[in-house]
Amino acid sequence: MIAGLLDMASWGLVLAGSLVILVGTLGLLRLPDLFTRLHGTGMTDTMGAGLLVLGMLLQTTDWLIAVKLVLILVFLAITSPTTSHALASAALYGGLTPWRLSDRKDEP
Amino acid sequence: MFAAAAAALLVAMAMALVRAVAGPTVYDRILAVNAIGTKTLLMIAVVGFLTRRPEFLDIALVYALINFIGTVAVTKFVKHRHLGHPANLNGEGEL
Amino acid sequence: MRHALSLFLILFGLWLIMSGHYLGWLVALGAASAALTVWIARRLEAIDHEGHPLHLAWRGMPYWGWLLVEIVKSNIDVARAILSSPAAIDPSVFKIKAGQRDELGWAVHANSITLTPGTVTMAIDADGTFTVHALTRASRQGVESGEMDRRVSRLMGEA
Repeated sequence: MIAGLLDMASWGLVLAGSLVILVGTLGLLRLPDLFTRLHGTGMTDTMGAGLLVLGMLLQTTDWLIAVKLVLILVFLAITSPTTSHALASAALYGGLTPWRLSDRKDEP
Repeated sequence: MFAAAAAALLVAMAMALVRAVAGPTVYDRILAVNAIGTKTLLMIAVVGFLTRRPEFLDIALVYALINFIGTVAVTKFVKHRHLGHPANLNGEGEL
Repeated sequence: MRHALSLFLILFGLWLIMSGHYLGWLVALGAASAALTVWIARRLEAIDHEGHPLHLAWRGMPYWGWLLVEIVKSNIDVARAILSSPAAIDPSVFKIKAGQRDELGWAVHANSITLTPGTVTMAIDADGTFTVHALTRASRQGVESGEMDRRVSRLMGEA
């Protein structure tokens, strides 16, 4: 009974994580410029990976595996904002101007 | 269930690949490659669970670190055209 | 010295967890590699309270919980914006003044802003002024309300 319940919760979490990853990547495709696209990948790195890893956590009983899964999340939580910030500052430095709503006519 | 997650990750990777090819700026390509790297690391973990071989998680961990270092290194190279370039003139380093 | 010792203990603990082997000479090799890493970190002058701010990990528990809720909320916000794009997005760039005193506080604050989807810290000036890019009007208001700034200040004050 409890095992079945855990299995269902893990199902839901993994599917929700996959959905968030798909939506975040859709943002990478649809949003108009680099700075807005950063937010799309931010979704994948935080909630997408978080839900997916949480779903995998419910499938394991080995605490060594659980610790490694949590470590993946911790690494992502540290590295994801660092890369986002590095890319944004590099793009600013490289002369990219953020897209504004008033630029909308230029977009196809 | 994990097969569904793996399929979703594959689709997401293909979408990110489109962005990497389309660009238009080099920063978009770096961002797309970084996104593909994140999805690859999740993919490795998912495949590990799919095939009941949790040792894959070690590879996923190493992949997370390499992906981060690689992205930051490429970003820094594009920004300064040099990997040893100090960000400020007073010699302090920056990402 | 205290920081070097705690770094060694963390690295060695990490090694033990990751390897899963507890044979005598393998553990000795792990201890040796942890010691080597600490020595390299000393040479890099990377060992100080900023290098591994462990004091924040435990005392900041309420903050990390709050941040988690914020991340979930802004994820939903960004997902809605992406799915109804381009009608729902209104990107803007604005500056805020961070209330923290030292660079560790700025780093925690700036990374928290970037970690919540919808807002990215693009630049940090020498006086603690952040240049922030926001995807939607709601995410901009979230940062401008100063809630996160107050909470990070409280976290840094406690630690």
